[in-house]
Amino acid sequence: MNWTWFHRLGSPPSFYRFAGRLAPWLGGLGLLLLAYGWYAGLVLAPPDYQQKDAFRIIYVHVPAAAVSLSLYVLMALAGAVALIWRMKLAEAVMVATAPVGASFTALALVTGMLWGKPMWGAYWVWDARLTAELVLLFLYCGVIGLNAAFDDARAGARACALLAIVGLVNVPIVHFSVEWWNSLHQGSTILKFGKPAISADMAWPLYAGLLATYCLCGHAILRRAQNELLLRERNTRWVRELATELGGGARVS
Amino acid sequence: MPLLSADQLTIQRGDRALLRDFDLRLAAGELLHLRGANGIGKTSLLETLAGLRRPAAGQCRLADEAAGLHWLGHRNGLNLQLSAIDNLRFWCGINGASPAGIDAALAGVELPARARRRACRSLSAGQKRRSALARLLLQPRPVWLLDEPLDGLDAGGLALFAALTQAHLAQGGAVLMTSHQTLPAPLAARELIL
Amino acid sequence: MKALAAIFARELRLAARAKAEWLMPPLFFVIVVTVFSFGTRPNDPQLAAFAPAVLWVGALLAALLSLERLYRTDQEDGTLEQLLVSRTALSFAVFVKGLAHWLLSGLPIVLLAAPLGLMLGLAPPHLGPLVLGLALGTPCLSFIGGFVAALTVGLPRGGALLPVLVLPLIVPVVIFGAGSVRAAQQGLDAGAPLYFLAAILTLTLTLLPWLAAAALRNAFE
Repeated sequence: MNWTWFHRLGSPPSFYRFAGRLAPWLGGLGLLLLAYGWYAGLVLAPPDYQQKDAFRIIYVHVPAAAVSLSLYVLMALAGAVALIWRMKLAEAVMVATAPVGASFTALALVTGMLWGKPMWGAYWVWDARLTAELVLLFLYCGVIGLNAAFDDARAGARACALLAIVGLVNVPIVHFSVEWWNSLHQGSTILKFGKPAISADMAWPLYAGLLATYCLCGHAILRRAQNELLLRERNTRWVRELATELGGGARVS
Repeated sequence: MPLLSADQLTIQRGDRALLRDFDLRLAAGELLHLRGANGIGKTSLLETLAGLRRPAAGQCRLADEAAGLHWLGHRNGLNLQLSAIDNLRFWCGINGASPAGIDAALAGVELPARARRRACRSLSAGQKRRSALARLLLQPRPVWLLDEPLDGLDAGGLALFAALTQAHLAQGGAVLMTSHQTLPAPLAARELIL
Repeated sequence: MKALAAIFARELRLAARAKAEWLMPPLFFVIVVTVFSFGTRPNDPQLAAFAPAVLWVGALLAALLSLERLYRTDQEDGTLEQLLVSRTALSFAVFVKGLAHWLLSGLPIVLLAAPLGLMLGLAPPHLGPLVLGLALGTPCLSFIGGFVAALTVGLPRGGALLPVLVLPLIVPVVIFGAGSVRAAQQGLDAGAPLYFLAAILTLTLTLLPWLAAAALRNAFE
C-alpha cells in the first residue's frame, strides 16, 4: 500500500492547503442539506400522531447527539496519533475538535431537556444516555481547560490526548453503569415509549440533517485546525511566506 | 570514542528553536564549560542531553549506556522534609547503590555531621548544594551534567567542587557544566560559547 | 524492586514527618458526613437512604484533598527529574506512589466508614457492602486521581483543575459503590456491583500507572 498521501497530508503546510480547499465545499454542502432537512422536517413532514409537533426537535437533537459522540471518538483518535507518532497535525485536529464537540454536546443536552419536558414530564431524568452525555460534556470541558492551562502548546496537546483516551474508556462504562443503576429501581414506565417505525417523510429530513451536521462540523474543525496550525507554526517559513502572500507579512512577529 | 556525543541536535522550547544542528563531543577526562547569555538554551541543552527533554531533531548518545550519567539541575533533588542522609538513602535505593557509601559521600562534600541529620529545609543554600553534590559520589558514573553547580557555594565549597571534579576527571570521567562565574582555580575547562 | 521499596519507604517516612497532611483527609471525611446530617431534620429516617451517597461523596472529596500534592513537591524539589534520569520504570514508581497514597488517605476512610454509616442510620447488615465497596473503590480514587495529578503537575493553576478533571472520571466508581449499599438496602444482591467495582479497580491498576508515567514525562518537557 502506498502511504505517501498520508505523509503528505500529515505535513502542516499541505494539510493547510488541503483543508482550505475542502472546507468551503463541506460548508456549502452542509448548509444546503441543512436547509432542505429543516424545511422538510419542520414544515413539510406531518406531525407525529403521539407527540404532535414536539417531535420536530429531533431534527436538531439527534444530529447534535450523534455528532457529540463521533467527535469525541475523533478527538481521542487524533490524540492517540499525536501521542504515538508525535504528529503536529493530529495535535491541531484534537485541539480544534474539543470546542466543536463541547458545543454540540451542550446543544444535544439542552434540546433533549426541552424535549423531555413535554414527553416525560421532566426536564431531566437520570437515564443512561443523558448521564453519559453529561459526563461527555464534562470531559470535553476538562480537555479544553487542561489545554488552556498549558503554556507549551505541544505538551498541552499531549496531556489532553491522555485525558481524552482515558475518557474514551470512561464514557461507555458510565453509560453501562447508569443503565444498570436504573435497573435497580423498578422499570421506569415513562421512559419506555414504543418507537414507531419512522415514516419516510419524517426520516429523509433527519438523514439530511445528520449529514448536514457532519459536514458543518467537518468545516468547523478544518477551519479551526487551520488556525491552530498557523498559531503553532507561526515562526516557520511556510507561515511567513503565506503571510507575505496575503500582504500581512510585516505584522507577523 | 567520546563519552557523550550529540549529532545535528535541534532543540525547541515552545515554538522557538533554541539550537539548530548542534554537534557536541565530550571526551573522557574533559571538562567542558558551557557559556552564553541567559535564555540562550544552556539548561535546555543539558536537559536534552540528560534525556529529560526530547530533541526536535538529531540524537544524543552515551558511550556507556549501562553506566548512565549524573544529572544535577537547578533543583537539588532533595526533599526538604527529609535529612540529607534520608535523601541519599532514597537515591541509593533508586539507583541500586550501596547505602554504605553515604557517610563517605557526605564527608566528601564536608557537610558537618549535625547538619546531615537535620531536615534539608533548615540547611543553607550552600549546604543543600553540597548535599546534592554528594549524590554524585554515591555511585561512579562517567558523565556528569551539571547545571550551575557552583550556585550558593562558598569559597570552601568552590575549592571542594574543584577537587571533586579533578578526581572525577582523573578517573576518566567527563563533566559538562554551565556556570555564570569563572571556574575555581585549578580547573582548566574547554569553553563552549552558545 | 529495590527502587520501588525505596519509594515506598520514603512516602511513609514523609507521612510520619508531616502528620497533619494525612490526618486531614479522614478528619475532613468525618466532618463532611456529619455536616450533611445537620442539613436534615434531626433523626430523619430518610437519612439512611442517602447515607451511601453521602459517604461516597465524602470519601471522594477527602481523596481529592491530598491528591494535588502527590507529585507537586517531587516536581518542585527536583526529585521527579532525578527519577526520570534514573532507570527506574516510571510506571512502577507511579504505582507505588498510588499505593502509598491509598494506604495513607484511602484506608483510614475505609475504616471510618462503618461507624459513620451507623451514625447515618445504616442498618448493620448493610455495612458490609459499604466497607467492601469503599475498600475496592478508594484505590480507584487514588489511581485515577494520581493520573490526573500527573497530568496537571507542572501547571500553575493545576490545583483548581484537578477536581474538575477527576470527578467525571470517577462517576462509575461512585455509582457502583453507592449502588451496592442501596442494593443491600432493597434486599437485592450487593455482589454484582462489587464485582463491577473490582473490574474497574483491575482496569485502573493496570492501565493508569502507565498513562500517568507518560503524563509525568510530558509534564517535564
